Amino acid sequence: MENGLDPAPPLLEVRGISKSFGAVRALQEVDFTLRAGEIHALLGENGAGKSTLIKVVTGVFPRDAGIVRLGGEEVAPRSAKAALQVGIATVYQEVNLLPNLSVAQNLFLDRQPMRFGIVREGEMRRRAKTLLADFGLDIDVAAALGNYSVAIQHVTAIARAVDLSARVLILDEPTASLDRHEVEILFGIMRQLAKRGIGIVFVSHFLDQVYEISDRITVLRNGRLVGERETASLPRLDLIRMMLGRELAETTSVRASEGEHGAREVCASFENYGKAGYVAPFNLELRRGEVVGLAGLLGSGRTETARLVFGAERADGGQARVEGAPVRLQSPRDGVRHGFGYCPEERKTDGIVAELSVRENIVLALQAKRGLHRPLSRREQDEIAKRYVKMLDIRPPDPERPVGLLSGGNQQKVLLARWLATSPRLLVLDEPTRGIDVGAHAEIIRLIRELCDDGLALLVISSELDEIVTYSDRVVVLRDRAHVEELAGEAVDVGNILAAIAADSVTVALEAHT
Amino acid sequence: MKGLPPVVITAFVLVAGFALCAVQFPNIASTRVVGNLLTDNAFLGIVATGMTFVIISGGIDLSVGSVIGFTTVFVALAIERWGVPPLVAFVAILVLSAGFGAAMGAIIHVFDLPPFIVTLAGMFLARGASFLLSTESVPITAPVYSTVSDFALRMPGGGRLTAVAIIMIVIVIGGALLLHLTRFGANVYALGGSRTTASLMGVAVGKMTVKIYMLSSLLAGIAGIVFSFYTSAGYSLSAVGVELDTIAAVVIGGTLLTGGQGSVIGTFLGVLIQGMIQTYINFDGTLSSWWTKIATGVLLFAFIALQQGLVALARRPVAKRAGAAS
Repeated sequence: MENGLDPAPPLLEVRGISKSFGAVRALQEVDFTLRAGEIHALLGENGAGKSTLIKVVTGVFPRDAGIVRLGGEEVAPRSAKAALQVGIATVYQEVNLLPNLSVAQNLFLDRQPMRFGIVREGEMRRRAKTLLADFGLDIDVAAALGNYSVAIQHVTAIARAVDLSARVLILDEPTASLDRHEVEILFGIMRQLAKRGIGIVFVSHFLDQVYEISDRITVLRNGRLVGERETASLPRLDLIRMMLGRELAETTSVRASEGEHGAREVCASFENYGKAGYVAPFNLELRRGEVVGLAGLLGSGRTETARLVFGAERADGGQARVEGAPVRLQSPRDGVRHGFGYCPEERKTDGIVAELSVRENIVLALQAKRGLHRPLSRREQDEIAKRYVKMLDIRPPDPERPVGLLSGGNQQKVLLARWLATSPRLLVLDEPTRGIDVGAHAEIIRLIRELCDDGLALLVISSELDEIVTYSDRVVVLRDRAHVEELAGEAVDVGNILAAIAADSVTVALEAHT
Repeated sequence: MKGLPPVVITAFVLVAGFALCAVQFPNIASTRVVGNLLTDNAFLGIVATGMTFVIISGGIDLSVGSVIGFTTVFVALAIERWGVPPLVAFVAILVLSAGFGAAMGAIIHVFDLPPFIVTLAGMFLARGASFLLSTESVPITAPVYSTVSDFALRMPGGGRLTAVAIIMIVIVIGGALLLHLTRFGANVYALGGSRTTASLMGVAVGKMTVKIYMLSSLLAGIAGIVFSFYTSAGYSLSAVGVELDTIAAVVIGGTLLTGGQGSVIGTFLGVLIQGMIQTYINFDGTLSSWWTKIATGVLLFAFIALQQGLVALARRPVAKRAGAAS
């Protein structure tokens, strides 16, 4: 292509990147193009591959296949430091600076102005001051960075990156811990940098912000590229559809039981339940033999709702009732005491104990519920383990095998068994099918239905909309940490859920403009 | 708050304590007593300067006491038995101890081991090696020793600022300059803040680790030479437990045990506080010298509690922001 008619090559070109972790294919043939001077949003649900893509491009993870070109030249940084040297800088959500050093030292660490082997502190502070002035900051640069707000720390990190002659700036969820005013300041800086010809990759799950700041959007889903669009010509509904990957008309509800849920017994209810800055107050009734799905985008408050219901997080208002009697849920212990079970999303870190055997993992919650002074005998443990291994078809059917050696689907079943052994009245499942191979998906879904038919109340979170409509009797739709709609019966379908997520965000966006 | 408040408190404790001592024993407030205090604690001040670098960088060095012990034995044997000129012996032991520290630093970095374990092994190794050389005390009679011991600057009021005290003061000042004014010093703080972040920001973490432990062992070697001047002998059981006195001085001086904050000046004040308690007990005459340890223990507790309080205070606004996970 040396005919001279081509426009200048894009600033950053990523072609055919693949990356696997063991058997899990985190990225498959992903392309990504960043032009100089544009703000490019990289979107996708949890597990879509955004972070992996960033880490592969910046050399934190080695890639399995594909190439990265910067300004037309192929680059292959082997570490974040090497990426920085070629001009690709990343600022993560948790600021990667040193809070114990002064702002000036943070900006100039390892490249301080020197004279006779001594750091010219005055000169360094003066330069830091000038540099930050470009970003609209006038602060005492001699003070420790940790004394300042997260927003200022972010700006300092960006200033350092830009001053290190970054041409590509990757901002990974930079606005997650900023308030509205701080976000405005950050956006101002981003626009200014884009004008100077720097290409900015903006990762965020706040769609309003994406529409406000970005020129272009690339969406990933399940490690694959869904598409690249101009922000201005991409309706919100289409974007959400790209992220959740469902066609509106396609899916129909295949729920097993369409019982008149009004007649079912309420097992737990929450009135005006919520916590400031966490989830807006909501009303929720959970009934025996019924599955309630929680749908919404990442960060919409699904997990937060689950944690409040279980007692892992304390509500600051509202009333919870179990079987009609008012209760206080102050800690997970309270949740367990009232017969609640919770399978968290991060199975590996929050759920299973990988080194312990299947048997030990299964009896964990039951033993905790009984207390230390009433230990389960080995025979009882064996019986319980055997029963659930059989009932849930855990493979291999060996209760003494360390759980870490099982596949994801079977680990999920062990977690389920742990809570089922406590004979709960309510089970909360956060993304029960995440990271499980497709065959096991169907099995987990079948299990959810069966448990429900046995009279258990279930609250299930999932990003997979067609799954959620398959097993849910009712679906609560969340957005921006609030419950915005509850769909029941015939109304539970993918189209209605998408419409609820999107419609509401449009109104909010309109409100923000007036 | 670059480590300042704790240092101010240390300084206040020193001044207040000294004033109390002076009220009870007016003779304490003389250059003679102060001169002796500096001489008696010269080796401690030197080794504590090195320890300050190690602790600020987020590590610990338990081997320093043993390195001092080994140094005294090595120097005594080299001069008295092997007939090595003193200066050559000094250079040899400094090269040896610096190499020892560099090796510990390299092991800590390459194998990603906790400094506590590696330097604990170093402590046994150095102590064992000194027993291997000699189990008995070896007196040093070289003329240079009496020359150095006799050398002193006269201070007004009849006090003597001895050679070893001068060496210590020079090292403390040099250490403070190195820590606060150079890139090396900034990197020490960076390592103590977070090794991963420091590495991401371009600090050569491995090289720094090697250099920091090398510096600590080198200063322990110098402290050992100073100790041999002080006692005019080499003994394999000397300076047992000095690593703990050193850590105590560093912490009382306001350096955070978890790293990232502290100062050499604070450490110097911490050494003086320990010396002051010792002096008080000597003046009193009825108290057992073990009261030094008890007083040091109480002070240590007080300072750790104080630091925890300050840290908690500094973290509070941040804690409010956390907890907003999706």
